[in-house]
Amino acid sequence: MEMKKKVSPWQELTKGLFRENPILIIMLGLCGALACSTDATNGAGMGIAFTFVMICSNVVVSLIRKITPNQIRIPVFITVISTFVTIIDYAMKAYAPSLSQSLGVFVPLIVVNCIVMGRAEAFASKNGVLASLMDGIGMSIGFGVVITLMGAIREFFGAGTLFGAQVLGAWYPPVLIFVLPPGAFLVIGFLMAIQQRIMKR
Amino acid sequence: MISSDMNLFLIFLSAMIVNNILLIRFIALCSFFGISNNIQTSVGMGIAVIFVMVMASSISWIVYHFILIPFDLLYLRTAAFILTIATFVQLEEMVIRKMFPALYRAMGIYLPLIVVNCAVLAAAFLIIDYNLSFIKSLVYTIGVGGGYLVAIVMFAAIRERIALAPIPKSFKGYPITFITASLMSLAFLGFKGLFGL
Repeated sequence: MEMKKKVSPWQELTKGLFRENPILIIMLGLCGALACSTDATNGAGMGIAFTFVMICSNVVVSLIRKITPNQIRIPVFITVISTFVTIIDYAMKAYAPSLSQSLGVFVPLIVVNCIVMGRAEAFASKNGVLASLMDGIGMSIGFGVVITLMGAIREFFGAGTLFGAQVLGAWYPPVLIFVLPPGAFLVIGFLMAIQQRIMKR
Repeated sequence: MISSDMNLFLIFLSAMIVNNILLIRFIALCSFFGISNNIQTSVGMGIAVIFVMVMASSISWIVYHFILIPFDLLYLRTAAFILTIATFVQLEEMVIRKMFPALYRAMGIYLPLIVVNCAVLAAAFLIIDYNLSFIKSLVYTIGVGGGYLVAIVMFAAIRERIALAPIPKSFKGYPITFITASLMSLAFLGFKGLFGL
């Protein structure tokens, strides 16, 4: 048995989906995930903003990893991340003002999102560009899928719609609690329970 | 919601209870679930957060109004705030260690954690978004920090009891913690509409 297994880029990508899913397993980046999942559209919007920041900062951190002095690496990472956050923040304000309005302070808060910082520190600063790119894509998909799923569940039960389109008829009385704050905790609690059950099997 | 023409008491109440930063606004949840295992740690963290938050948002307010606005550098807001806060927490840690050793022993281990605590940065952004005056933003941040303290201590107390309770296997660990948070959030939602907030 060799101690260190060679990891293919494909495996770097798929680990973020389930085995190392940032939200459900590593429990990071919860703020954005819970606050921005009131409906499927917001969830997807947050997922896209996050993907952009995650991939770009992972690649850049990996590119500059050899010239970054070890003592000041954290401020350097923060500066890189906040540059991309500012870009996506301004782009959203210009091209999707209503989405930007409803996500509010959570777009600039991606800068302290533990997933982005965590991957920069734990992965991108130690690995090559291709692996970091794949890691970034995988983590983003893992984040995006969970947040969109949560948004869809909350919107479906809480308003009877999906991405704004009416799904359930007028006979369905919306369970308002799902779109209110307690619903977010409830949905993620049950998602985690389901996931634990599947993993144990 | 907070507006700049509300009086100080309403701003405080709204920040602390009605729009509780953890349970209603979902900010700083990582530390909320990460360190709320016992009451003592939670009290320490809560007090450290209030302290840092008040200092950090006062400084960000000054940076925003006296540097970013006069020089027309608003697009640097995100980068400027996070770097100011990170530097400031480092500085603060050194000062406290040197000048108040007793306080440092009580708060020391929590200080570095706070740099990555999004509540501090969020408070700095929110006082700008709400367009609050300096005094009002001071009161607002004390309220936000107080809300953090109240929520995390209550949550820690509940978790200490959950640890001993029989729980379905799939729900052990984090799932039951989130369901508990959901019920607490529901309770805090009951304050909505208090004094028209």
